[in-house]
Amino acid sequence: MNIKKLGAIAVALATFGVGMPVAQAEDTLFIPSLTYRTGPFAGGGIPFADGFADYFNMLNERDGGIGGAKVVVEECETAYNTQKGVECYEATKGKGALVYNPLSTGITLALIPKAPVDEIPVFSMGYGLSAAAIGEKFPWTFVYPTTYWNQLSSILKYIDANGGVKDKKIGFIYLDVGYGKEPLPLLENLSESMGFEVAKYPVGVKEMQNQSAQWLNVRKDRPDWMIMWGWGAMNPTAVKEAAKIRYPLDRFIGNWWAGSHNDLNSVGKSGKGYLAANFSGIGQEYPAVQDIITHVVDKGNSKVASKDDVGNVLYNRGMYNAVVLAEAIMVAQAKTGTKSITGADMRYGLENINLDDARLKELGLEGFTGALKGSCADHEGAGSVFLQQWTGDDWEKVSDLIEPMNDVVRPLLEEAADKYVSDKPDFKGQACG
Amino acid sequence: MEGLLTGLDTFLIAPFRDMASLPDFLLQVVWEGFVSGILYALIALGFVLIYKASAVFNFAQGIMVVFSALVLVSLFDLGVPAWLALIITIGVMGLLALTIERVVLRKLVNQHEAILLMATIGLTLVLKGAGQLVFGGEPKSMITEELGLSTGSTDWEVFGGFVIFQHIDIAAAVIAIIMVAALALFFSRTRIGRALRAVADDHQAALSVGISLNQIWAIVWFASGIVALVTGIMWGARSDVSFALEIIALKALAVLILGGFTSVPGAIVGGLIVGIGEKLFEVYWGPMFGGGVEAWFAYVLALIFLLFRPQGMFGERHIERV
Repeated sequence: MNIKKLGAIAVALATFGVGMPVAQAEDTLFIPSLTYRTGPFAGGGIPFADGFADYFNMLNERDGGIGGAKVVVEECETAYNTQKGVECYEATKGKGALVYNPLSTGITLALIPKAPVDEIPVFSMGYGLSAAAIGEKFPWTFVYPTTYWNQLSSILKYIDANGGVKDKKIGFIYLDVGYGKEPLPLLENLSESMGFEVAKYPVGVKEMQNQSAQWLNVRKDRPDWMIMWGWGAMNPTAVKEAAKIRYPLDRFIGNWWAGSHNDLNSVGKSGKGYLAANFSGIGQEYPAVQDIITHVVDKGNSKVASKDDVGNVLYNRGMYNAVVLAEAIMVAQAKTGTKSITGADMRYGLENINLDDARLKELGLEGFTGALKGSCADHEGAGSVFLQQWTGDDWEKVSDLIEPMNDVVRPLLEEAADKYVSDKPDFKGQACG
Repeated sequence: MEGLLTGLDTFLIAPFRDMASLPDFLLQVVWEGFVSGILYALIALGFVLIYKASAVFNFAQGIMVVFSALVLVSLFDLGVPAWLALIITIGVMGLLALTIERVVLRKLVNQHEAILLMATIGLTLVLKGAGQLVFGGEPKSMITEELGLSTGSTDWEVFGGFVIFQHIDIAAAVIAIIMVAALALFFSRTRIGRALRAVADDHQAALSVGISLNQIWAIVWFASGIVALVTGIMWGARSDVSFALEIIALKALAVLILGGFTSVPGAIVGGLIVGIGEKLFEVYWGPMFGGGVEAWFAYVLALIFLLFRPQGMFGERHIERV
């Protein structure tokens, strides 16, 4: 390549602004979306990414954006790989990113130390590091509406209300990665305080579709209840194996990442009775979802494979992720008085969010989820979960919202947060009044 | 001393005591291991077929399992009857074999094995990308019943307990046995089979007597594609059809090291040793290690074989004279 050509390329780059920050424009809000539409976990990643993007597209179409500023969602493919996730972060943070939603506990753990340095908050909605609920220690990380630990406590409360947990054996089958192991400290702690026995069944990523040995152990151990922290292909395989050994499926509870339509559609009738936790509504009847159909899906601007996929568990979960962010942006805009905000403003918005029942109704999401209120100290929102049951061809809500055991879990979260920062002298916390 | 005795009892005696105390459960464990072993053997067989004829370690075998299964279920989703979808899928695998031979292998004749391996890694990426582009990344249900495979189960009451046999697992075992027998007959009784063995023994000698290397390669890649399709149907029925299936193929590496890269019986025996061994080890010894031993058992076994018998049980011993 000669000097002339190099010069021409340099002029072209300068002229068209390749590599210039996208959100430098006055009226845009740049939100990177770390997705996985490929790889072994794409079954969960696709509907979540669709719901996330479609909600912002709907706001752009229906309202002209948020506060007059259009939302720019840029997807970056991680394939649920932590290294790729960090590469996505590094590639997009300079474009004026307001917030990161890693959709992976592994990526979240890698981004938590970067957030205060780059002043871009991390929102790991219902995943990630449970200890990040403690706002004093993790000012830049948010885990609304609840953590894995509190979810586990809600599931145990359900079991306790349905025959008790004392002197029972609880089987815990989990994906043997950071995500699956996250609730183990709490489970072990509660087993002592609540008086139940735990039997653990780790499933390696390479064994997700080959779980017969784990379920043979379940048949041998005969646990009274089974709890699952699964993801991707692990979930349908586990439910099929449970049915195969004739484990009573109405005593088998998955967490909120083990209870989607994508998980159970291939299981069908044989999965009838299986239970799973959830914190976001199911179905298309919510006015906000109807607006998405009208303004995005019907106009052919959605990536969903079929209109029927709108309203599915993970689609609505992705949409709810976007709802929380949109609300936080509004709070931040109200504070700054400007359309265009920074990562630091976004952090303020997330910390001061107040999605109460009245506001949810205004947004067209009445009854969709529990109320959510953040604060400087509370980055979790202490949200509740409900249980849903697979009827053989769809999910059905079978419980009211179950409040977590905050009194038990909060001190343990504080202890875990102290432990996390104890060997990181440069990790900056914040004082909450 | 007491601790040592307790340890020995826990590790060497207690598991066998457990086996004897619940013999029906032991039978169930062995059956599940047998079925897994058969399925591992099927994947390994795909590798062996290609390696025998061309000394190519086909890294793309795993993605071929996914690709063939996705073609089958996607055709059915488009409204094609199951039997016709199966035939078309076989045709697609044949076309794929011809394309690979023409576009990839023919250009690389006489190249080093490492270059051929890299070519199959490239092929994996192409198939993965093309598959995700055409079929999407979402998991699909295997059309088990539509293909005439029963999804029920039968109980066998034995030793005061019971053993559950899933019909799909019985079908997997029967189909695998038929496939191995057919391949054995094909290799020993047909002209093409004998030509294939000649190519496997000595490329240049085979070429000198007029055997077409290109034709043989296309045939083995096609046979390997059929094996991949059967594997995809069976594994897909146990879980779902998604790109996660590709990961299972990694287990076949351990099977190949045990059985030898060039031996069809070795793939079968190696598959069964890994399948039954890992289930027994996970169920009876796994709790001592905190569970999850299945993830590494096969590889540790393969490592031991590499140390003491690197050519595998049935593989040919290579002696290179300097």
